[in-house]
Amino acid sequence: MPDSAVVRTQRLTRYFGCHAVVRDLDFVVPRGSVVGLLGLNGAGKTTTIRMLLGFLDPTRGTCEVLGTDSRHLTPQTRCRIGHTVEGHFLYPWMRVRECERFGRETHRSWDGSLFERSVRRFGLDAEAKVSWLSRGQRAGVSLASTLAADPELLILDDPALGLDPVSRRALNETIVEFSESGDRTVLLSSHLLDDVERVADRVALMVDGRMLVDTALDEFRGRVAAWVIDGDEDPTREHSMPGLVHCRSLGNRWHVTVADADEKTRQAIEQWNVNAESVEVSFEDAVLAYLSRSRVGHSFYTGAAS
Amino acid sequence: MQIRVIPGSGAAIYRQIADQVRRAVASGELSIGDAMPSVRELAKELVVNPNTVAKAYAELVRDGVLETQAGRGAFVAKRRNVFSKAERLRRLDEALETAVSAAVLLDFSSDEILARMRAKLDKLK
Repeated sequence: MPDSAVVRTQRLTRYFGCHAVVRDLDFVVPRGSVVGLLGLNGAGKTTTIRMLLGFLDPTRGTCEVLGTDSRHLTPQTRCRIGHTVEGHFLYPWMRVRECERFGRETHRSWDGSLFERSVRRFGLDAEAKVSWLSRGQRAGVSLASTLAADPELLILDDPALGLDPVSRRALNETIVEFSESGDRTVLLSSHLLDDVERVADRVALMVDGRMLVDTALDEFRGRVAAWVIDGDEDPTREHSMPGLVHCRSLGNRWHVTVADADEKTRQAIEQWNVNAESVEVSFEDAVLAYLSRSRVGHSFYTGAAS
Repeated sequence: MQIRVIPGSGAAIYRQIADQVRRAVASGELSIGDAMPSVRELAKELVVNPNTVAKAYAELVRDGVLETQAGRGAFVAKRRNVFSKAERLRRLDEALETAVSAAVLLDFSSDEILARMRAKLDKLK
């Protein structure tokens, strides 16, 4: 099979001291996809991204980006990767116009008109100084500089952090436009689930350094089901439940989220002899269930589906 | 027609798009032969992943609501029956159930409901 994976990790692990921040990650990003990398703060998203980019060595395991081991990325391969850091660092004394020149002179290929278009989308003036800009506008400049170098793979580390609604929309539009050709790939870490649901077609979900979900977004939604169950006590405490993701209290009732529910699950609930109502699961519900689960673990992977 | 998508709702975004197109065709807002925006255009307009739009279109083509013409894009198709008789009956029952239960809740008699229904059907002819 020709390698359609742009990113591939094998048992990727990283310790800081005796604390494992990333554990045994087997993760694939197929070419042409937009992957939303989700997880709470401290789940290991940024550490994973830093290892992919070769800024940090793995303790164990390997990661490859564009077919090259991340520890040995050549400048030629790096040219093909665009990357923005959390907080969108730029030199504060530059003007937007100077950022463009700086980018042009430090990149092998450079599309000035793309830079201008992206900057305009964020409502920026070329003469504005970086130190005057809002966070959203800085995001615009940093994204424009990254895109103008025409990368094949775009890695965005929490680009939406602290953005105003207008900049958020501009960011989403930029990602959709970047991905529309179908051969460019985006790995996007974010906490904004509504935005991820819009722009992404795959989800990778990390909890405590482990990847619990790596699959197509609609498949993820489709495989998570939920019931609202009457009762004073947590029903999953007395009864075992296959595929349980999370159970949380809703006043006098319990919201139970289950992965890969089947006839057995339905039978199990029937046997409890309580009033149970099947409810719709939104993407956000499904992600939150995984992120807030406290006890039983259930995970699923599907390999790159192309 | 104006399609709107709402992330965070119970229906997946591709489903929201497909349902809205279906409704527009049923209500006559879209007529046979009308051109649909391309996948890219609609993705850009709605700010959603192009694969999501492509998935909605694929479903609509499969169900015979849209048809694609090579190189020209997607169009509203002539109505044809892609479903079996049993499936059509199932869908009819589903639609009637909603209407009937709403009508009964409003305290109408069977005769009144049937008369209104007949009037509506006559209008379509």
